[in-house]
Amino acid sequence: MTGTLAAVGAGLAVIGAGIGIGRIGGSAMDAIARQPEATAKIQTAMIIAAALVEGVALFAVVVALIA
Amino acid sequence: MNIVAPESLIFWTTIIFLLLLILLRKFAWKPILGAVRTRETSINDALDAAEKAKLEMQNLHADNEKLLQEARAEREAMMKEARELKAKMITDAKDDAKVEADKMVAQAQAAIESEKKAAIAELKQQVATLSLEIAEKVVKHELSDSDKQMKLVNEMLGDAKLN
Amino acid sequence: MRLTQTLIGSLALMVFLLMPLKGTASDPNPEQGDGKFDPKELINSHVWDSHEFHIADWSGHPITLALPIILWTENGLTIFPSSEFHHDNTGTTVVEANGQQFVKYREHIFYADRFDQEKFEATSTMGRPFLYEDRPLDFSITKTVFSMIFVSLLLVLIFGFAARSYKKNKKAPKGVSGLLEPIILFVRDEIAVPNIGSKYQKYMPLLLTIFFFIWLNNLIGLIPFFPFSGNVTGNIIFTLVMAVIVFIVTIFSGNKYYWKHILTPDVPKALYPIMIPIEIIGMFTKPFALMVRLFANITAGHIIILSLVGLIFIFETAAISPVSIAFVLFMSVLELLVAALQAYVFTLLAALFIGQAVEEHH
Repeated sequence: MTGTLAAVGAGLAVIGAGIGIGRIGGSAMDAIARQPEATAKIQTAMIIAAALVEGVALFAVVVALIA
Repeated sequence: MNIVAPESLIFWTTIIFLLLLILLRKFAWKPILGAVRTRETSINDALDAAEKAKLEMQNLHADNEKLLQEARAEREAMMKEARELKAKMITDAKDDAKVEADKMVAQAQAAIESEKKAAIAELKQQVATLSLEIAEKVVKHELSDSDKQMKLVNEMLGDAKLN
Repeated sequence: MRLTQTLIGSLALMVFLLMPLKGTASDPNPEQGDGKFDPKELINSHVWDSHEFHIADWSGHPITLALPIILWTENGLTIFPSSEFHHDNTGTTVVEANGQQFVKYREHIFYADRFDQEKFEATSTMGRPFLYEDRPLDFSITKTVFSMIFVSLLLVLIFGFAARSYKKNKKAPKGVSGLLEPIILFVRDEIAVPNIGSKYQKYMPLLLTIFFFIWLNNLIGLIPFFPFSGNVTGNIIFTLVMAVIVFIVTIFSGNKYYWKHILTPDVPKALYPIMIPIEIIGMFTKPFALMVRLFANITAGHIIILSLVGLIFIFETAAISPVSIAFVLFMSVLELLVAALQAYVFTLLAALFIGQAVEEHH
């Protein structure tokens, strides 16, 4: 039962992370479209931000794996 | 999660990673990064040198242009001088020739005059001689007749006076 | 660029061709008498570590590479090959060495007289590896350690070769160095220089080693046959050690501005009891996230690929295989991208943390 609950929790966390990374990616696309010359800088910042959001989601994955 | 012997992995990962770091640092990263840096500096140096050479070329070109300009100006001046000289020489020559010609004309005139005088003098001589001869002949001829002689003398004297 | 494309293409093809083999090779499960397929067992046997290197099964008998088992026991150092356990993982085969008896139960080695199956099963998954009162310290060369050594040798060979070609060839790089130099320059110009700044040269060897070590380990985990297939970066202990190394380097690189920022932050003194603990926790969460990110990404990728292969055996029909293979191919190609991306992200964040520590004025 705890395993199932953990899986549901991991799923919820993934939804949050998905929205977060989606927004980051979308905003980065907008920014690149507006300023194509700053593509490299935007990409780096995007990956760092995505990594931070992902990090939060990964805590949920770890919880799911432990439980 | 099924972790097998965490102490083993901690131990071996640390050892292997540190060994790998030391080995790669010594045998790979230092030579590779060094070679890349050397190449980059050499490329930059070459670019700088090329830029410098270009500048020098430009300077050289400007110098050449200046020299050419000077040479052209010099040539112009020389040409002008030569032209002036030529004109002067021609006028000089003309003047000289005129003076010479005048002189020659004068000489010729003088010569003609003297020749003429000589010729007149000779003519007079010859005329006198001829006259004497004629006179001699006439005298020889006329003296045989006294009247005639007289008449002739008169005539002759009359003629001479008329002359 | 074309060489990389061909390389990735052939790798993907290789993964595609050999993936189904991986499923069938591990299908017969000696522990399960009823012959029913257990996807969890299949996945666990591939994702987690083991004391022997399973190569294939031949008419029901597993073919494995025996790896040395190195134990620090109460009688001192004890070494014997893992083949002495005869592939037993149930704690029944007793091995005598150095005057002591050992059993292996689910890849944990116990003293035979102190092993208690009920106690083990009653312990939580997280607590099981730490039953030190019942087992000797285990410094065995496990499958993961073996793969790590293999990758290290590969790296030393490849980069030693590349470095030698630099000594001979002073002009534009060719061959192996032509392939590797853009990646090295990428690490330098896109990761180290923008994040660390002028002091980047000191950290280049560390960042390059981390990047290539993680990347090659990721890639090797994707190749499903011996001597590859070791899931190194999907092991949380491995990522823990990598993260700790980055953490130690960060701490020792920290200048006075870094420590001032943590110990006397730019806030009213009344907030110090809140801010200082938060900053100190922040110091530890960064490498923790580093550790979990790499582990979870790689493990998740492996689990997804193995589950897709497992579909064929769950439905017990070959008709599902085209779908399964198509999805596995897609996931494998995606994992190739993830392998490079996670190595990049790990190195980038390591450079970022080091950069924060060495940053002058704030």
